[in-house]
Amino acid sequence: MIVEVRGLRKVYSGKQEVTAVDGIDLSVKPGEIYGLLGPNGAGKTTTISICTTRVIPTAGTVRIAGVDAVANPAISRRAIGVVPQYNTLDRACTISENIYFHCLFFGFSRAEAKARTTQLLDQFHLGERTKAYPSQLSGGLAQRVQIARAIAHRPKVLFLDEPSAGLDPQSRIAMWEAVRALREEGITVVLTTHYMEEADELCDRVAIIDHGKILVEDTPAALKNSVGAQKVYELHLRDRESIPALAATLAGYNGVSKAEPTGDGVRVLAHGADGLLAEVLAAAGPYGLRDLNITEASLETVFIQLTGRDLRE
Amino acid sequence: MSISTLPISQATHEATPGKWTVYGRAFAGLFVRDLYVLRREMFPFIIRVCMNPLLFLFVFTYIMPHMSGGAAMNPTAQMAASGGGNFSTVLLPGLMAVAIMFSGIAAVALPLSQEFGVTREIDDRVMCPLPVGAIALEKIVFSSLQSMIAAAVVFPLAYYVPSTPVAAHVSSWPFLLAVLVLASLVAGALGLTIGTAVNPKQIGLIFGVVVMPITFLGCVYYPWAALKGMPFIKYGVLVNPIVYMSEGLRAALTPGAHMPEPLILGMLCFFLALLTWLGMRGFLRRVVG
Repeated sequence: MIVEVRGLRKVYSGKQEVTAVDGIDLSVKPGEIYGLLGPNGAGKTTTISICTTRVIPTAGTVRIAGVDAVANPAISRRAIGVVPQYNTLDRACTISENIYFHCLFFGFSRAEAKARTTQLLDQFHLGERTKAYPSQLSGGLAQRVQIARAIAHRPKVLFLDEPSAGLDPQSRIAMWEAVRALREEGITVVLTTHYMEEADELCDRVAIIDHGKILVEDTPAALKNSVGAQKVYELHLRDRESIPALAATLAGYNGVSKAEPTGDGVRVLAHGADGLLAEVLAAAGPYGLRDLNITEASLETVFIQLTGRDLRE
Repeated sequence: MSISTLPISQATHEATPGKWTVYGRAFAGLFVRDLYVLRREMFPFIIRVCMNPLLFLFVFTYIMPHMSGGAAMNPTAQMAASGGGNFSTVLLPGLMAVAIMFSGIAAVALPLSQEFGVTREIDDRVMCPLPVGAIALEKIVFSSLQSMIAAAVVFPLAYYVPSTPVAAHVSSWPFLLAVLVLASLVAGALGLTIGTAVNPKQIGLIFGVVVMPITFLGCVYYPWAALKGMPFIKYGVLVNPIVYMSEGLRAALTPGAHMPEPLILGMLCFFLALLTWLGMRGFLRRVVG
């Protein structure tokens, strides 16, 4: 295991005591892309900050590539690359200088640093903007420079905190490609996200995290299978009083694995029997069906099943 | 503890260097980066260093002595009359001390408050393979270099601009060097303390609340010995580190009465230890959760 987290807890004391991380265990295999998926405030960033030596845990251990990151923060940083949520590029230096000096900080000779900078600028298609300053870059480009800089010292693990926050869809896809390419270099990636598409698309394994605890951890496919359905019908009804009755009726249908009341209707998890939609519509019609959403079962469905809440709430 | 035995070394292709080599290289890397940026911004740096002493000298040691009937406003004449040496001679070490102190604030406190408040560049810097305290130390050391350059720039100004002759001679080079280095380090430590203690939003206030008082009450424009008629002020100013910077340079560069030399060096060491400790503590609190 390249990242091993055991019994991690972080309690912020103050006027109000806040338990940001509440007993997390994690194991990330070398070469994996591992995702921490959860809503804002779930404890993802705190977990990553502890792994990257920026926050001291209240309890628990973190080992990165065999080094105890809590006891030997300075040395363990050699194995860690970090891309935080915000742009931390050195504003006084150009893009290529940002990468070059990063290499020097990690003990490269000047010649090695120069060669590595050239190679990374090329790899991340930054060749045209080498002399630009960070303030002149778009969000997507700055993100790419940050990733290039973070892996410049050839870390074993790259931590990405909310890598697609604030990126436009196009930049996000470009970022995904860049992250996938890291796998070929043998770099393990740990990322946090609250976009379930991102976790689904990018990650080999995902831990769903809420209130500082890991609720479930598996491959995205296995997590989606655990719901036992391919489709989710979200029924919105005018007549709210009879919602439980309708849910009970629908649950008995062939092809329905689960039907549960929601605030203003019923959520039906179906494993796609022919003609089921028509039956569901017919049953819901008398209760004043206002609207119907059909989606594929996703990690979001898994999250809702586990917490009863939406990822965005 | 040796880390070369830990598994981190297994997969790195080159031989893993020891802990101190790693730290040393990271420290040197940070220093080289700062030097590089300073070299590129040399012109604004020189302007910043020169402007205040140049104007001060021009007005008080050139214009005023030349004013017809300006003798009443002329501090030079009065000081010479009271036997405290002429004003230009008093100003030479004083303005050097201000330049040293201000460089510490401009090189550490202002950039730090920006990094804590807006840019968060510091978050990347603390990911260097170096203990966080050493990153703060690098800031102090680099700032002291800037302070020494600033002092070297101010010296010729303070020597040549005044219309009255400046009496300057070095009696002991080792003492001058010790004062210069200690004062510059104290300035960097002061900058670190201010930069980490002050809320980034209020950093503009420190000019009024900190820089002005420590300058005016720092024996910059008058020698400490001349305060003998006012014991309240004479002993009150001793809590101000700038006093030891200006008195130290005064003792090293100019003739006339000044504070005892061992006291100066002792107090500079004391303030260096105190401010470094405060600054490091503040830095750690800011960057490690």
